[in-house]
Amino acid sequence: MKVLVPVKRVIDYNVKVRVKADGSGVDLANVKMSMNPFDEIAVEEAIRLREAGKADEVVAVSIGVKQAQETLRTALAMGADRAILVVAADDVHTDIEPLAVAKILKAIVEEEAPGIVLCGKQAIDNDMNATGQMLSALLGWSQAAFASDLDIDGDHAVVTREVDGGLQTIKVTLPTIVTVDLRLNEPRYASLPNIMKAKKKPMDEKTPADYGVDVTPRLEIISTAEPEARAAGVIVGSVDELVEKLKEVGAV
Amino acid sequence: MQFGLNEEQEMIVSTVRSFVENEIYPHEDLVDRTGEVPEEVAEEIKRKTIELGFYACNFPEEVGGAGLSHLEFALVERELGRGSMALNHFFGRPQNILMACEGEQKERYLFPAVRGERTDALAMTEPGAGSDVRGMKCSAVRDCGDWVVNGTKHFISGADHADFIIVFVATGEDQTPRGPKKRITTFLVDRGTPGFTIRDGYKSVSHRGYKNMVLEFDDCRLPDAQVLGEVDGGFAVMNEWLYATRITVATMCVGRARRAFDYALDYAAQRHQFGQPIGKFQGIGFQIADMITEIDAADLLTLAAAERLDRGLPANREIASAKLYASEMLARVTDAAIQVHGGMGLMDDYPLERFWRDARVERIWDGTSEIQRHIISRDLLRPLGA
Repeated sequence: MKVLVPVKRVIDYNVKVRVKADGSGVDLANVKMSMNPFDEIAVEEAIRLREAGKADEVVAVSIGVKQAQETLRTALAMGADRAILVVAADDVHTDIEPLAVAKILKAIVEEEAPGIVLCGKQAIDNDMNATGQMLSALLGWSQAAFASDLDIDGDHAVVTREVDGGLQTIKVTLPTIVTVDLRLNEPRYASLPNIMKAKKKPMDEKTPADYGVDVTPRLEIISTAEPEARAAGVIVGSVDELVEKLKEVGAV
Repeated sequence: MQFGLNEEQEMIVSTVRSFVENEIYPHEDLVDRTGEVPEEVAEEIKRKTIELGFYACNFPEEVGGAGLSHLEFALVERELGRGSMALNHFFGRPQNILMACEGEQKERYLFPAVRGERTDALAMTEPGAGSDVRGMKCSAVRDCGDWVVNGTKHFISGADHADFIIVFVATGEDQTPRGPKKRITTFLVDRGTPGFTIRDGYKSVSHRGYKNMVLEFDDCRLPDAQVLGEVDGGFAVMNEWLYATRITVATMCVGRARRAFDYALDYAAQRHQFGQPIGKFQGIGFQIADMITEIDAADLLTLAAAERLDRGLPANREIASAKLYASEMLARVTDAAIQVHGGMGLMDDYPLERFWRDARVERIWDGTSEIQRHIISRDLLRPLGA
């Protein structure tokens, strides 16, 4: 079985984001970029499936700017077997919308015929949480979103999902789309031998046109604003004083 | 001329950086407070380093290492330098001098060291022989075909965990027009060899937990098989291999300075006094500017020296410059980082006071700043007959 793992190049989770002066988005010039952390978990899970003998090939794919090849190299250094880069934008500030990404992925899935597509549940830049679900709809495949546990059982996948109020375990028929949550696993470090091998692993370069997909944005960003600064706290001396203060601000 | 890193180098940096942040940082306070690295922590760091293929990554592939270039290895050590020396010691990097092993010495020392089965340490300094290496008293004499060693070594880092020590010992004296000159031979000495003891050294203000040990040789008998390189060839062995320890110091200083800088930058942006972030006051903002400028300069100086080695160019002077500048830069940067923090910088709630203490030894070990200046000036003046 082949596993397809879409990975997105996003602003590094450690970077303190700044909104561009014109409010059109977040400033990404000269900012450290990394693999979306949820996608890293997906790559890790795919490699574990291969190591457990339940998958035989892990293919990473990234859709975005040319620099996304660095993200793919990271996936290869973690242990993915090969990569597909779809160069869909020139400007790092151009975000390809989930529907366009899902359409490109659908075309890739039809070419590659994976048994499972493992996606991060969302990208930490725009938090859309949509691509996996849209891909499932476009393909007419089953889906299991927010996975915190995954097991392959013959032609089924047993997935534990993190839902409001607890965990839900479902069984889906393969091929399927699984979007992964934070607690599924702890991604490995890229080992030195794998870092050195990564360069020699194949990376195909494509464009949306190769898949007949139009990536023109359908959404318009009206404005982007930084969250309001949190007001400074106060240190209280006793429980009584705490209750008093909470009453003052109408919190109790 | 190219200044950027390639993709592999970027990934090496990011892997080692994550490793240090996740596997080293969490144990640092405990190690600094107790002066000890818990056995299980040491084992875990070592095991994970081996699993990741980074153990002995400074060794060529033909002996089982990862074959990193000097530049790549400097990047690894730069990132390690962010973390505690006591802990990152177990991210094993055996002395590259072990490449001088011949014949069966490779099976007994080189290969097990590269595999992480046997740990080494290097011993040169003596109570009476610091910068003046040739002033060493520790000596070996011939007896019934063996060598009998007597004397004391001190400040021997890593000897507490070492299975064997690479020891420099005087094996004779030549009369030269400039006075008598010791001949030096390098020996491989196993822990447990009769007449050889390793004991705790001094308590140091820098790098607590990275112990300096005292070695004592009392009629310690060693066969010829323990000689590393040629008899009386110790200086050749030193000159061929010991440059590496000075690049290590330089590049680790850069890593640690960047970590101290990250704290200072963050504090300058967050801390408000007189109604604004303190970084907006030139007194603080300009210190930040000077810090990063010096750090970048030291980084480039060090990587350029390492890259010269990769190109097979002479680099002795450049390495000395890097070691000198980076270690003195670290002193200034850690001092300034504390100044930016004011009183809080001295409290052990922040690691800055530790960085500041740790920085002090960098201008001393592996050749003091004065010795580095001597090397640099001699390199420049000697060809001119001065």
